[in-house]
Amino acid sequence: MKKYALFLGCTVPVRAQHYEMSARNVAKELGIELVDLAGASCCGFPLKAVDAETSLLIAARNLALASELELDVVTLCNSCTAMLSDAQVQLEHKDFHKKFKDVGLSYKHEVKVRHFARMLYEDIGTERIKNAVKKPLTPLKIMAHYGCHYMRPSALYSFDNAEVPHTLDELVQLTGATSIEYPDKKMCCGGSVLGIDEELAVTMANHKLKIAKAKSADGLVSICPFCTVMYEDNQRKAEAKFNTQYGIPVLYYPQLLGLSFGLDDNAVGLKFNRIKPTALLEKIKGD
Amino acid sequence: MIDLKKSDPQFKWDIIRKEGGEGLLKCFGCSDCAASCPVRYFDERYNPRKIIRLTLLGMKDEVLSSPFLWFCAHCHACTERCPQGIKVAELINAIKNYAVDQGYCPEGYRMQLDLLLKMGRLYEVEDFDLKKRQRLGLPPIDKTIPAVAKILEQTNILKVLKK
Repeated sequence: MKKYALFLGCTVPVRAQHYEMSARNVAKELGIELVDLAGASCCGFPLKAVDAETSLLIAARNLALASELELDVVTLCNSCTAMLSDAQVQLEHKDFHKKFKDVGLSYKHEVKVRHFARMLYEDIGTERIKNAVKKPLTPLKIMAHYGCHYMRPSALYSFDNAEVPHTLDELVQLTGATSIEYPDKKMCCGGSVLGIDEELAVTMANHKLKIAKAKSADGLVSICPFCTVMYEDNQRKAEAKFNTQYGIPVLYYPQLLGLSFGLDDNAVGLKFNRIKPTALLEKIKGD
Repeated sequence: MIDLKKSDPQFKWDIIRKEGGEGLLKCFGCSDCAASCPVRYFDERYNPRKIIRLTLLGMKDEVLSSPFLWFCAHCHACTERCPQGIKVAELINAIKNYAVDQGYCPEGYRMQLDLLLKMGRLYEVEDFDLKKRQRLGLPPIDKTIPAVAKILEQTNILKVLKK
């Protein structure tokens, strides 16, 4: 049985419990044990623009907790993944390690950092996931949104393809749904500039919503709570700004996967999706 | 219009010394960063190439006081494309860090720092949240993580709040 330390970050445990619930339940179905990382804090990313070194120390402290448990870390947020991965690399450098020790931390057992989706793809493998699918979501057309920090910067990850990513599309296809081919797949959701210029952030989010509508997507799949804030919570703002109607549900990947495993709506927390996936559910329940 | 009389020759060296600023001198101004930038695609006021050129020219005040510096979404599209191998997003971040040192910090970041100092996390965990988590069968989480404040107190970062 695979065992990981689960790093929740700030947003997921209080704003995206449906992501957390579905991830935990999907993991259970696949025989993955997730150990909660007691004492974990913010990953540090929100402070990177203020002071990169401090943000790395906060990230490294979280790795130290996992190091004590001798467990690799699984994350649910793309930005947490990038921040913790960066700290992991930095810990190999003497200068940073010294600063880390100077604030009273220790890192004995080296740990790896994996986004939940990457863990599924690489460690569990597509074959095992496919075998767990009991209720293929064949009628669905899904738009897979990767988010920036899932595979960029590539020097940090050595995973997927930074220019033409494919792993999330493959994961979507495993559920039986069709993963739509579309342009500008790598486009940023705009989440990072939301606090700086909301108009710009909403304009960036609108780009993919517009494509999703044109491609008649039944839903958009996200693997990051920030991206979901942009595509789901700010969808109304995009509709108002661009004088259009979208009504495109945004599901976290483990929710989609859970549905294909035959988990019920509650187990994947569907009632917490702010844009109700009613039409999407109708399609798959008709089978 | 660039007035080189206002150039500060020290500026670029200060940036190079910052975490992430190492690659600055390698930039030959090809514009690949600007061409690959999703922010620039929607708003031409943000231009990573321009920020980097102005930094190399020592136009310190112009760079640091520009609101557009903060438009970088840190998405690393530029990092992937730079033919010189500069970690462009990290370089822009180094310039942001330097701007903060010099007293230019957007209010949103100051608020986030304050939240992390108080709670160690960005969102307050209220009793309501804990009850909701319990109801959903999710394990409890810490309301505050004081170890974060300890780290913040040991670095120079809290001076940002004093401004």
